[in-house]
Amino acid sequence: MSIAFKPDETFRGDYTYRNSPAAIRRFPFPFHQDQYMYSVNMEPHTKGPAGSVFENAFDIDEHYIAEMRDRAITLERDPGRCVSLPHMMDAEWDTLELIMESLSRDYPDMFTLAKDGARWSWINRPLGIEQTFTFGDAATLPCPPFEYITRQCQGDFVIMDQRDNDLFADAGMITSQADWSLMFDAGMSFMEWHGPVPLAHELGVFERALKYLLMLQQGRPVRRLNWTMTINPRLDTSPETYPEWGPDRASVTPDNVGDKVHLRVELQALFRLPRSNGMLFSIRGYLASMNELATYPRWAKRLHRVLSTLPNELAEYKGLVRYKPTTLEWLSKFDDGEVLPAGTQPE
Amino acid sequence: MSSASLNVEIRRIRELAPGIREFSLSRTDGEDFPVYSGGSHIVLSLPLGERPHRNPYSLLGDPTVRDTWRVAVRKQEESRGGSRWLHEQAREGMRIDISAPVNLFPLIRTGRRHILVAGGIGITPILSQARELARLGADFEVHYAYRGPEYGVFSDELEALAPGRVHHYVQSRREQIEFGSLLAGRPLGTHFYICGPAGMVAASMNAGKSLGWPESHLHSEQFLAPTGGEPFDVKLALSGKAFTVPSDLSLLEAIEQQGVDAPYLCRGGACGQCELEVLGAEGELIHHDLYLSADERASGKKIMPCVSRLKGGCLTLNL
Ligand code: HEM
Ligand code: FES
Repeated sequence: MSIAFKPDETFRGDYTYRNSPAAIRRFPFPFHQDQYMYSVNMEPHTKGPAGSVFENAFDIDEHYIAEMRDRAITLERDPGRCVSLPHMMDAEWDTLELIMESLSRDYPDMFTLAKDGARWSWINRPLGIEQTFTFGDAATLPCPPFEYITRQCQGDFVIMDQRDNDLFADAGMITSQADWSLMFDAGMSFMEWHGPVPLAHELGVFERALKYLLMLQQGRPVRRLNWTMTINPRLDTSPETYPEWGPDRASVTPDNVGDKVHLRVELQALFRLPRSNGMLFSIRGYLASMNELATYPRWAKRLHRVLSTLPNELAEYKGLVRYKPTTLEWLSKFDDGEVLPAGTQPE
Repeated sequence: MSSASLNVEIRRIRELAPGIREFSLSRTDGEDFPVYSGGSHIVLSLPLGERPHRNPYSLLGDPTVRDTWRVAVRKQEESRGGSRWLHEQAREGMRIDISAPVNLFPLIRTGRRHILVAGGIGITPILSQARELARLGADFEVHYAYRGPEYGVFSDELEALAPGRVHHYVQSRREQIEFGSLLAGRPLGTHFYICGPAGMVAASMNAGKSLGWPESHLHSEQFLAPTGGEPFDVKLALSGKAFTVPSDLSLLEAIEQQGVDAPYLCRGGACGQCELEVLGAEGELIHHDLYLSADERASGKKIMPCVSRLKGGCLTLNL
């Protein structure tokens, strides 16, 4: 297999998650400029350069096996992280079809899909899964189709139902969210679940984004990047488990910044679903520690400038306030003031 | 957003009734068609004159049949020629381009009960919706109105899908749908869908509203606004290029074809990245974006070339 997985790394407890040099190099660093503000930063989700995180519809990387194990642990503790309302069954099958067809096309050495009419056979080699089932008949799978396939694909997922010129979050598999709750947001509309986000409403970002998405067409997915910061390489930073990770924000010291503070980038893609006319929202997260990012000084300089000019409302909303000064102090030693041309490239 | 197109062959033409023809289409690359949802339409590019003519038609077949798509076309004498071409020029074996399916008339999956109404050729999206509701085991009824018995062209197909749940109204027998009584006393959670002549649609909407139906439960067929438009001329002041934007390309695509680097991100009028400064416009700027404010539009100084165009003569841009 072409990817060297790290099946034993952890995202809790001893936090042994690390990125290989190759994984750092392909990290989707999100800052084109020295300042950051919300915008309708959406573009067609077309095939990117080979090896980049944009190469395929759904990106599989060295953390695949470990992330899927962490998802299973979170689901075991809290099955409510996977929710689907009854009218979403067609959209569940749409999602299973899209992910199986994409993975088997893009990673043929790892995933195989064979179809004989409605009789489908699926092989997932990294996770050691073989399953024959009848497409459209949920009783032939060990769990409902959306849960089945999202236990096997990196990233969180929400499926939206489109009605009344709006999008409703009516299904989700959310085990690695940046402090928002699926149980709380399930069934909400686009404007409702974006309610807590500061400044963006005033800028008209959500109004334009929603209109654009309502016209999203089959076979023409779009994507955007979003970012925040996380202490320790932890996936499950949900409100439900806040006591387990919230206090870590106070644990950052000048000596451990490089290891503990992580930039967390979400590659979000939106796909129109064919049977249900719903929309799949994939939220593929990437974590890199300050030490890892600083192996490329250009990134350390850029991040230093973005954080030092970040509006307070955003810093507060993203939960960075406690450890931002220590992080800025640490990053400042990389920033010689060199003028950086626009662009996210590492060098 | 121009749609990815598929090349298809007209496999079969059936005369269903005077002035109504059904076309069966298959992909020329031998691949399966994508799946679609009930109420979807495609856009046919028809070779009329020097520029293709784009007409939207609802898909009426069974979405699980992946090797053939069907559309039905009524000849419209007053039309600009699309339906006339399909009736007079189209032959089996001809090839045309079509768009991927788009659904602006979807079923509401949270609905408890669905009332579908078709007038004449408006049966086409209703048929695919009925098929989907039947597959889902949903509670629905169909009301189908047409001019005379010979025009009830999809009656048999409909009856097979929903035995006992189809109501026919034949105009030549003076039968007519009374929307006031059809829509009265319906339980909460009922959704109403109609496709038919404009007057019939308006009458049903008025009846619904006066009976207190929420607008979000009254649905009528919508098609995607055509992407292209009239050709127009462009001058780029900085790079010194002059060219014509053809009807089937966006201004942004035409600029890119000239090898000029223009910024963009979403290509759908939402992100604001592609904004260009207008130095001169002989004609009217046709804004289709979601980005510019009313004041910016009124100033005539800005355009979003991914979706917007000029109607008239020549547009000069600071690029
Ligand atoms: C349609 C699928 C989408 C879903 C389900 C979704 C969901 C969410 C949720 C749950 C949050 C967290 C809100 C909270 O604090 O409780 C959020 C934040 C946000 N969303 Fe979305 N979103 C979607 C699409 C978009 C799009 C298309 C944009 C484009 C501009 C966008 C922009 C944002 C921004 C700017 C934030 C704040 C993020 C931060 O500062 O960390 N979202 N979204
Ligand atoms: S490219 Fe986004 S508005 Fe034109």
